[in-house]
Amino acid sequence: MSLMPDRAGRSYRRARPAQRRTAPAALAAPALLGFAFLLLPLIALLIRAPWSGMTRILSQQAVASALKLSLIAASLATVFSLLLGVPVAWVLARMQFPGRSGLRALVTVPLVLPPVVGGVALLSSLGRNGVLGRYLDQWFGVTLPFTTPAVVIAETFVAMPFLIVSVEGALRSSDQGLEEAARTLGASRLTVFRRVTLPAVGPSILAGSVLCWARAMGEFGATITFAGNFPGTTQTMPSLIYIALETDPDAAIALSLVLLVVAVLVLALLRDRWVRPGNTV
Amino acid sequence: MSGAWEPSRADESNNLAVHAVVSRGEFTLDVEFEVLPGEVLAVLGPNGAGKTTLLRVLSGLSPLESGYLRLGGQSLDEPARNVFVPSEQRPVGLVFQNYRLFPNLSVLDNVAFAPRSNGSGRRVSRSVAGQWLDRLGLVELAGRRPHQLSGGQAQRVALARALAADPVLLLLDEPLSALDARTRLEVRGELRRHLADFAGPTLLVTHDPLEAMMMADRLLVIEGGRVVQQGTPAEVARHPSTQYVARLVGLNLYEGTAETPATTVPDATTLASGSAASGSVASGSVALDGGGSLIAAPEEAMAGRVLVSVRPSSVSLHPHRPEAGSPRNVWSGRIKGFELLADRVRVEVVGEPDALVDITPAALAELGLVEGSLVWLSVKATEVEVYPAG
Amino acid sequence: MRRSAVYLLALGSAVVLATTACSSSKSDTPAAGSASTPSTTTSSTTSALTGTITVLAASSLTGTFTTLGKHFEAANPGTTVKLSFGASSALAQQINQGAPVDVFASAATKNMDQVTTTGGATKSTNFVKNVMEIAVPPSNPGHIATVADLGKSGVKLVLCQPQVPCGSTAATVFKNAKVTVKPVSLEADVKSTLTKVESGDADAGVVYVTDVLAAGRKVKGIEIPADQNASTEYPIAALTKAPNAAGAQAFVDYVLSATGQSVLTAGGFLAP
Repeated sequence: MSLMPDRAGRSYRRARPAQRRTAPAALAAPALLGFAFLLLPLIALLIRAPWSGMTRILSQQAVASALKLSLIAASLATVFSLLLGVPVAWVLARMQFPGRSGLRALVTVPLVLPPVVGGVALLSSLGRNGVLGRYLDQWFGVTLPFTTPAVVIAETFVAMPFLIVSVEGALRSSDQGLEEAARTLGASRLTVFRRVTLPAVGPSILAGSVLCWARAMGEFGATITFAGNFPGTTQTMPSLIYIALETDPDAAIALSLVLLVVAVLVLALLRDRWVRPGNTV
Repeated sequence: MSGAWEPSRADESNNLAVHAVVSRGEFTLDVEFEVLPGEVLAVLGPNGAGKTTLLRVLSGLSPLESGYLRLGGQSLDEPARNVFVPSEQRPVGLVFQNYRLFPNLSVLDNVAFAPRSNGSGRRVSRSVAGQWLDRLGLVELAGRRPHQLSGGQAQRVALARALAADPVLLLLDEPLSALDARTRLEVRGELRRHLADFAGPTLLVTHDPLEAMMMADRLLVIEGGRVVQQGTPAEVARHPSTQYVARLVGLNLYEGTAETPATTVPDATTLASGSAASGSVASGSVALDGGGSLIAAPEEAMAGRVLVSVRPSSVSLHPHRPEAGSPRNVWSGRIKGFELLADRVRVEVVGEPDALVDITPAALAELGLVEGSLVWLSVKATEVEVYPAG
Repeated sequence: MRRSAVYLLALGSAVVLATTACSSSKSDTPAAGSASTPSTTTSSTTSALTGTITVLAASSLTGTFTTLGKHFEAANPGTTVKLSFGASSALAQQINQGAPVDVFASAATKNMDQVTTTGGATKSTNFVKNVMEIAVPPSNPGHIATVADLGKSGVKLVLCQPQVPCGSTAATVFKNAKVTVKPVSLEADVKSTLTKVESGDADAGVVYVTDVLAAGRKVKGIEIPADQNASTEYPIAALTKAPNAAGAQAFVDYVLSATGQSVLTAGGFLAP
């Protein structure tokens, strides 16, 4: 511990291969356990998957429509989260106003709220008799529950905080000096945001979007509570899996695998295409 | 109330007049000065003197609390009149200490940033940027990203970027501090040429006296938020008015009271530590505030509060009390420490008064000095400069 | 003809039993309830029951079984009845996956069969049956009066998914009434179907009559004529792998006893 920095630096190069072989047991053991804990259920899914009946299960019309709806709704939820969440993150990170920390805690409530409760909250606000929903119905004849937009709303509600938290953290730690430099060069606040702030937090926005999308893909509780469950309009993959679990567990496992494959595929694709260092726009 | 600044760049009277008052907690900056068009003013001061605060105020990143900021007769910030022109509307270019180049933009687009922000199209902005790159010899770097630039190159790009905004006032924050010693030398000369080309007032903030002396027409020394001295580099270097400036220019500086010149000139050998107290006062003698006294040449004699400066290289060290001779000032002290400079050793001696003494490494070895050693110091009266305080 | 007669008879007995239940509910302690004394004494004298009895029951039994559980605990000091409610299909799944359960009360014979065929239970007994009713929000925004009204376009109808008993029974109702419906949502269980009606987001739902009763004023019930209505049998069984076999059998007996039946009929259930 009392080594001089340069001496430590020199010895590091020699010690590295040895270190790789012998990680301290105090870390290696729980790490192994952790890996096993996370991977075993996935492996079990693969083992228990009804491989012979796969085609039968996956060729059902409901599966295709649920997957399509899930992909569309999760992507739309991500877009809306970006449109609303990035400005929210900016306000929380950059503006000084009383009650800011309270507001920050409140907008991240959906992170800890049981999604079903989130669905009930959405019904109370945007349902046909909801605080706001009743006026949507009276004035515009619009009712949201049982519609595809309701699925998008429920997913956005649950997933947006992931984006906000990620982007706000990046904004707080980003170099405000660059923004100041842009202002001294005559850039308006909006130009500063567009040309300096956004590119600087770009990777975090992307990471937040991926998290947000993944969360929306897996969203179930708020969706089934607020939007209901009907094939083609509001039945997402998780809803279908939940319903199937009660009647046909094999099908549920098969469908879960589909969701898993799609998620891994999309994340891997994103990683390769956009999350490469030095490749930001 | 904020109005866009009306540019009048052809106007030769684009001088900067500042009375800046800003407080941050305990600290208050309160400075008043002017810079003429084409003049380079170096603001010199230790860390925490308020240099950065001053730059932020001038560039519009922070508002004034009171006072005024006028450029070419136009008010940029004047709380009493409720005037504040925001940063993006000021004709002020700022070269930041760490350049703050946009990492996601090429060199060309960094320089094109200001024209773009002022509403020019991409093509026009890039062509303007190209001209600036050409003037600063950066054309071959146009396609690079900031992380691919050396420190000196980044410095020039930052200057080009600021100049591309066509500013009336140019501000530079420690422009060379991020560079290594060799690059600094090279960039300093180049920067001086570019500043000479700039028509408006230039304000250069630095803590490096050499940088200030070599690039500025005038120095403004601030300490603790106040102006403590201003003048040409030569004036400031010769007659520093605070310990900080004296340190910067490498002088021993003492404050004291000059005695009324006497008609008799006593023998030099009677002068030693505490001699002022013994009543044997000579012409040109200054009783120092920290104890002890120094005698200057008769032509330097004056009365009242004065500052006394002595170059470290003018002081001699002796292992024993020196024999009577030409030096008029002799006193003793103990060695507190050593600092190795390029070609000599700076010895810090505690005594009445304290002194920095420059000797050669050879002399150091010969004298066999260590920390705590008792030494005798001597200075010729002709090497003692006395000038009025304040 | 036969069906309507049964229905009327059942309805009549429900009313009678409901009144008895009301009178006995004033005295929660079994000692004071004269009608319940014989059965409770039998169960408490045959064996000194102790421990926890885990009961999985269909969600439509939530109200009545909670009451039954309390009564049973009071009659058998030292016992604790742990109740878990859910869709019968999900509960059957849990039991087949090896959950340590003593008693299973299903809302459909189909789900009980899933347990008995795998050997989870040897014998099941139908203890009540339930008929369907239309639930509408109190303001009845869809102006629903008959089963046929549910087939009108623009009516937001919510049903249970066909895989669960309330869904399949509702399907039988529509078959009987020769009505084609276009539901807006197929809910996972009867409680969430009812929730959508209670919140006013759905114009109508087809649920068990017991659920309408339990919802109180939050929904309005519209009776389905006996010649269109359908019922579902509720079987109960003590499980073969019950950790507390004696307790399991005692609880099943209690549900089948007159006391148990009176609580159930008070909740709107019909005798099997």
